[in-house]
Amino acid sequence: MTGMTVDLVTIWAFIIAFAVFVYVVMDGFDLGLGILFPLFPAKEDRDIITNTVAPVWDGNETWLVLGGGGLMAAFPLAYAVLLPALYTPLIAMLIGLIFRGVAFEFRWRTRSERNRWDIAFAGGSWLAALAQGIALGAILQGVHVEGRQYAGGWWDWLTPFSLLTGVSLVAGYALLGATWLILKTQGSLRDRAYRLSWYLLFAMLLAIAAVSIATPLLTIHYAQRWFTWPNVVLTAPVPVAVAAVTVLLLKNLAERRDGWPFPLSLLLFLLSYAGLGISMYPYIVPQSITIWQAASPANSQLFMLVGVAVLVPLILAYTGWAYWVFRGKVHPGSGYH
Amino acid sequence: MFGWDAVELARAQFAFTMAFHIVFPALSIGLASYLAVLEALWLWTGRDIFINLFNYWLKIFAIAFGMGVVSGIVMSYQFGTNWSAFADRTGPVIGPLMAYEVMTAFFLEAGFLGVMLFGLTRVGPRLHFLATLMVATGTLISAFWILSANSWMQTPAGYAVNADGQFVAADWLKVIFNPSFPYRLVHMVLAAYLTTALVVGAVGAFHLLRDQHLAGPRVMFSMAMWMAALVAPIQILAGDQHGLNTLAHQPVKIMAIEGHFESHKDGAPLYLFGLPDEKAGKVKYAIDIPKLGSLILEHSPDAPMDGLDTVPRENWPPVPITFWAFRIMVGLGLLMLALGLFSLWERWRGRLYQMRLLHIFAMLMGPAGFIAVIAGWVTTETGRQPFTVYGLLRTADSASPLAAPAVGTSLLAFVVVYFVVYAAGILYLLRLMAQPPYPGELGPSSMSPTRTAGITPAAGVAQDAYGEAGA
Ligand code: HDD
Ligand code: HEM
Ligand code: HEM
Repeated sequence: MTGMTVDLVTIWAFIIAFAVFVYVVMDGFDLGLGILFPLFPAKEDRDIITNTVAPVWDGNETWLVLGGGGLMAAFPLAYAVLLPALYTPLIAMLIGLIFRGVAFEFRWRTRSERNRWDIAFAGGSWLAALAQGIALGAILQGVHVEGRQYAGGWWDWLTPFSLLTGVSLVAGYALLGATWLILKTQGSLRDRAYRLSWYLLFAMLLAIAAVSIATPLLTIHYAQRWFTWPNVVLTAPVPVAVAAVTVLLLKNLAERRDGWPFPLSLLLFLLSYAGLGISMYPYIVPQSITIWQAASPANSQLFMLVGVAVLVPLILAYTGWAYWVFRGKVHPGSGYH
Repeated sequence: MFGWDAVELARAQFAFTMAFHIVFPALSIGLASYLAVLEALWLWTGRDIFINLFNYWLKIFAIAFGMGVVSGIVMSYQFGTNWSAFADRTGPVIGPLMAYEVMTAFFLEAGFLGVMLFGLTRVGPRLHFLATLMVATGTLISAFWILSANSWMQTPAGYAVNADGQFVAADWLKVIFNPSFPYRLVHMVLAAYLTTALVVGAVGAFHLLRDQHLAGPRVMFSMAMWMAALVAPIQILAGDQHGLNTLAHQPVKIMAIEGHFESHKDGAPLYLFGLPDEKAGKVKYAIDIPKLGSLILEHSPDAPMDGLDTVPRENWPPVPITFWAFRIMVGLGLLMLALGLFSLWERWRGRLYQMRLLHIFAMLMGPAGFIAVIAGWVTTETGRQPFTVYGLLRTADSASPLAAPAVGTSLLAFVVVYFVVYAAGILYLLRLMAQPPYPGELGPSSMSPTRTAGITPAAGVAQDAYGEAGA
């Protein structure tokens, strides 16, 4: 990789990438719980499952707003091109997030026996996760740009590749959800979470493999990025690390150490995400717009950087505090809802 | 859809989703502050009634806040999905304002919300109060930034235009504190407080109509009526100042608000009612008071005022909508003032809790704040047309390059989803409000089988010990 000078624009690319990543892992396990919901039909289990995230889900989702809002502020051109290109998946995601979000409150308020908001919770989570994965695939495969505008149709995003990334993300979120349950619950609920984690880990590895094979086939650019000398020095460790983390994860699942599967799954996500970054850099709209072309003027980026430098550490601190307040296993009945 | 083009559909979508969104912030901003006051009173006096009321309104707040959050996320993505040209051109200026909103407000709200809702027994009263304060502060900071962004679109300042045609900031302070921002911030925050006071007052009145001796409803009714009596007149003054500011910076909007198609050389009338007819260029069936328009806006009955006849047609906002939305808002504002004065009178006569007519009036006024808020925003936004950035960027040049079916489909999807979700949400809110607060009221944690300690003693508090509180 050439041109790795650390300038303002690159810093902002990392900030946006960071916000999106934090979103993916934090709301990822929330959505994962919704994805797994149909497998836990009992009301007591479902109450516990939602209680494990009720106090924190809103904060988790806020990273999505930072990712989106930050993109508009720091890379307005990319925001203006990508959002119309991803129109349908994004609207679907928003609708999924609406159902998922209100269900947290509404499922406690309904009086009917069969809780329709549980269906909304699961359906919304599935829809949002699938749509996010599809959007990711649609970005990777590139969009049609003319001038400063998106110039494709409103179904361009739909390809086998984007469907693959969609399903992959669902599998990945489900794994995060299952390992989160291992961390936060006890008894039979935790036992089932352990069993599920085996299958889901397998599904996630399959997904990683499939996407890793399909991506270089998309364009020659990705293939060159990964397989030519000297890039290989940088790219080869990624699959090796994935293998190592997998082994550790398997070991901890087998030995049933509650505290470890979740952070290790996060690590797996981080590695996949790093792979993504290696493929895309320095494009923000692959093959057509680089981060420098999309960047807003330096004075906008500087103005915000001051805020980021002061506020993001603060945000991480009080978010950490909120997690600390609600730490530990959630017992049936001791839920905070 | 309906023969509309993509831009019209996108406008309809923005107006629809925004009108649904703003209802909830209006309530969340007001309720968060109200909850902070209740908790402070509880910590200060130690009286159970305040923590009961706190827990009662906390459950309502949780639902309103949740709906505000999910509808807000839709808004923040809409700038890109439906208004991508706008996003590209204005991103460098209003993007950072919204990014600051996320970093200073949304995270603060969201981060402390969990503790506020579920954490009283985990962190103790003092830290919990801090969390409540943080959430309340967050809602106000949020209003600060988003209104700054919106005001910049109304009265742009401190900007330059770069080679790509993008607006860029020349002076951030001028961007943030643009000419209409202070007025809009004050007017909107007061609107949120008024809206909340009317809701709290209506709920109190509803229960007082059934039983005048209920302590909880007495306290909330009294608090709400103080608020209405105090804030309604201030709001009217603020609105008047806001109008003068608009006259200085967006005179065309005022022409539409006032229905001034024609210029008036020696004093403009005030149209109370009428049917503005854009084709004919006049207000039909008008009931007007001569020269009052000039008196209010220029503080002189004979001051000349230009009309829309001095403005090219293609720069006219939709006059009837602007004209009527404004009258709905002002009419409701005057009714709120009447309610406040009525309550003061009855309070002075010692019949605040007995006067059924007052309670019925207060109940009917429950939704008035929401309607006024939406009407106010429709005035503001429609009056800015046909521009998104006033005088600089046309609405027609702001939209995404999307085909009408795409925008029409998403609009339809939002309409269906919002009606399902909001109908349910409003049902649950009304159900909670239909219950009077009872002694030993529990917060949102009440759903769990084991009650949390500290706010538990439901059985322990004797009815009459509690009844004392409101007297
Ligand atoms: C005067 C106040 C006000 C106005 C004009 C708006 N909002 Fe809002 N918004 C709020 C006041 C607010 C609020 C009080 O901060 C929230 C938090 C919960 C609620 O009910 O409203 C909110 C929530 C909220 C959220 C969710 C935040 C979270 O995740 O916690 C987003 C993304 C937005 N809004 C975005 C917008 C956009 C893009 C707007 C304009 C087009 C907008 N809001 C107008
Ligand atoms: C808070 C309450 C708000 C309400 C109720 C509201 C209402 C509306 C309405 C009714 C329209 C359509 C006007 C027309 O087409 O005639 C509109 C358009 C628009 N508003 Fe607002 N608005 C609000 C806040 C905001 C804010 C805070 C912003 C920006 C920061 C904003 C930006 C826009 C944009 C970009 C459009 C689309 C272009 C247009 O049709 O004018 N609005 N809004
Ligand atoms: C009765 C006297 C009132 C007057 C004279 C008045 C005046 C105004 C004016 C002139 C505007 C448009 C400003 C612009 O677009 O430049 C406005 C907007 C608005 N009004 Fe009022 N208003 C009054 C009462 C109320 C009440 C009672 C509420 C709500 C409870 C309210 C809520 C709003 C809101 C939310 C807006 C849009 C945001 C803004 O531009 O500030 N108003 N008002």
